[in-house]
Amino acid sequence: MSLFGIDLVLLLATTVSAGTPVMLATLGAIFNERSGVLNLGLEGLMLVGALAGFAATNSSGSVWVGVLAALLAGAALALIHAFFTVTLQVNQVVSGLALTLFGTGLTAYLGRGFIGIRTPDTFNPVVIPLLSDIPLFGPILFKQDLLVYLSIIIAPLLYLYIYKTRPGLQLRAVGESPATADSMGISVAGIRYFYVLIGGALAGLGGAYLTLASNPAWLENITAGRGWIAVALVIFAGWNPLRAILGAYLFGGMEALQFSLQAAGNDLPLFLHDIPSFFLKMLPYIMTLAALVLVEWRFKVSKKQSNAPAALGLPYIRQEKS
Amino acid sequence: MGKSSNKKQSMSDKNQPKNILISESQDSKMPPPPKSKPRVASGMLIRIGLGLGVPLLSVVVAFTTVGLVLATTGKDPIVVYGEMYRSAFGDENALADTLVKAIPLILTGLAVAIAFSARLWNIGAEGQFFAGAIAASGMALAFDSVLGWFILPVMFVAGIIGGALWALIPGILRAYLNVNEIISTLMLNYVIILFSDYLIYSPWRDPQGFNFPLTRTFGDNATLATFGDSRVHLGLVFGIVAAVIVGLILSRTTWGFELKVMGDNPTAARYAGINITRNILLVMAFSGGLAGLAGMSEVTGVVHKLQQGISSGYGFTAIIVAWLARLNPWGIVLVAVLFGGLINSGYAMKGIGIASGFVTLIQGAVLFFVLAGEALLRKLYYKQDLKRILSTAVLGRTPAREEVAQ
Repeated sequence: MSLFGIDLVLLLATTVSAGTPVMLATLGAIFNERSGVLNLGLEGLMLVGALAGFAATNSSGSVWVGVLAALLAGAALALIHAFFTVTLQVNQVVSGLALTLFGTGLTAYLGRGFIGIRTPDTFNPVVIPLLSDIPLFGPILFKQDLLVYLSIIIAPLLYLYIYKTRPGLQLRAVGESPATADSMGISVAGIRYFYVLIGGALAGLGGAYLTLASNPAWLENITAGRGWIAVALVIFAGWNPLRAILGAYLFGGMEALQFSLQAAGNDLPLFLHDIPSFFLKMLPYIMTLAALVLVEWRFKVSKKQSNAPAALGLPYIRQEKS
Repeated sequence: MGKSSNKKQSMSDKNQPKNILISESQDSKMPPPPKSKPRVASGMLIRIGLGLGVPLLSVVVAFTTVGLVLATTGKDPIVVYGEMYRSAFGDENALADTLVKAIPLILTGLAVAIAFSARLWNIGAEGQFFAGAIAASGMALAFDSVLGWFILPVMFVAGIIGGALWALIPGILRAYLNVNEIISTLMLNYVIILFSDYLIYSPWRDPQGFNFPLTRTFGDNATLATFGDSRVHLGLVFGIVAAVIVGLILSRTTWGFELKVMGDNPTAARYAGINITRNILLVMAFSGGLAGLAGMSEVTGVVHKLQQGISSGYGFTAIIVAWLARLNPWGIVLVAVLFGGLINSGYAMKGIGIASGFVTLIQGAVLFFVLAGEALLRKLYYKQDLKRILSTAVLGRTPAREEVAQ
């Protein structure tokens, strides 16, 4: 099936795989922010995960070791953010920015030796029998790699976890009203540490997807703003893991469209001819911004409050007896 | 609004909950601080400690930590740091190059500082820098052969307007739709840098440039004057004048006062009848204008054309510069020179086989340790009255006199 020389099935399949790293980071950030901690360090976390995953796969020969390394590296870097925001109670915006700078610098410094190397092992498409024979959906959804399947499976699981389980309720309580949660005997600091680490691990995994699946190589700044797009998608998704799937694939679609338009070239109708590639590359960023504007516009028109966790960005200081 | 009414407002502000740094409950439940003299002295001491001690110490600790990273990756930190110092401040040439790098940092640092003081997180100084550079370059390419000396004022204004307009997009989105400005400014950074690439690859590319992605060199009249034989250009004057202006705005004008109230306590700002929508637009345009001026001074003073890599991440380093200087304009000038040296030494680092990311690594580490120092100092002086002084000092606001002396 094709339109103007663009293979639509390929376009949608690319959409799914391009959306996956952003989806993983967005899901991590939803956890993170649900506990009341804003994390603007996603870009740095993804970079560190990308490099750690790449390096570990290189030295071990197995992508799964790479995945483990990415999860651990993301969590380790997130631990810094947790310490600063939960224990030291510093400004979460600035701590997140510092985290991104730190991660960007660290990976550029340590990653120099990995430029131009190909990994011995990458995530390859795993064709699921029967399901992949479904017309249209088969080739789009069921000829992907394992991390894509994993991300599609965990998004609804996280939704159930947040809304239908006891730990999920505690997580939401800490994000909405830490004082109430504290008085119920829930450890606000403990919960926040835990979910900042989980968020970091997922962001690290998202980064590793870039170096182990999408484009198995290491480049400086390989994330190219995907961490920031994930920060935006959390708002777009209204802190809801299911809507994060939609947001991530919307972003993935923009990225896929950019490649398809470039590849299709002269088969395109006249008005799409010769769009300089620079403008196509702007698409994901502009669409992310547009999506955010749309969300806020709807809030404004419907006069509803945003469903951001009420304590998002605020450190919790227990009232001391004096 | 006169001065007397300002004071009345700041008195009433105190009863409003201060978000982020002091929790609501502590403010209302703690007994009022005893009124005695020594608190003034300790408040001063803390502010000096915050203003000098914490930044200095955090820089030292950050360099030590990064030194450990260097050592574990097989480089001798002492050799590396020695080389960095030499290449940044070692001789007259090095110092001049450091100052050249400091100019855009001063301007972008001031740009983010004035936005931050109204608690608007303009992370887009990098993009506004490019917008200013593009606007100024456009003027030079079009008119430098016809306007004579007048081209420079035209480029000056174009740079400011370019940056201001680019910053107004997130400003409008924030003011009218409450779109998070951190994300919008960041997304627009990517967009404008891609647009700049487009210009130098296609319509503005120099036909005689052997297909390199750059514009032709501007005429001599579109070049900023330099001091003597050095490479230090007139942009330094722009930076210092801008520091004076931003300092005056923040400390002497009603508008500056309104911005700080918006930053310290948005609820109080609304109740005080401050026009928040208008101020968001104004401060974003002002902030973007300063960053745009940085871009203009860079293309006219240093590069003399539009090309890739005209910014060494100035707009991002500016965030650290502003925070380290606790949003104080003169502090920004000083810190910008130090960080100009850091960026300058980054080029020398490549010569001894260390990736450029090294400089970013140090910057991230410095910011972390500044935050840690502030937090620890705050824990150390846990008393209510001192916390108030701290919370205001951290936001870069000089506490109202009655708050300290009361």
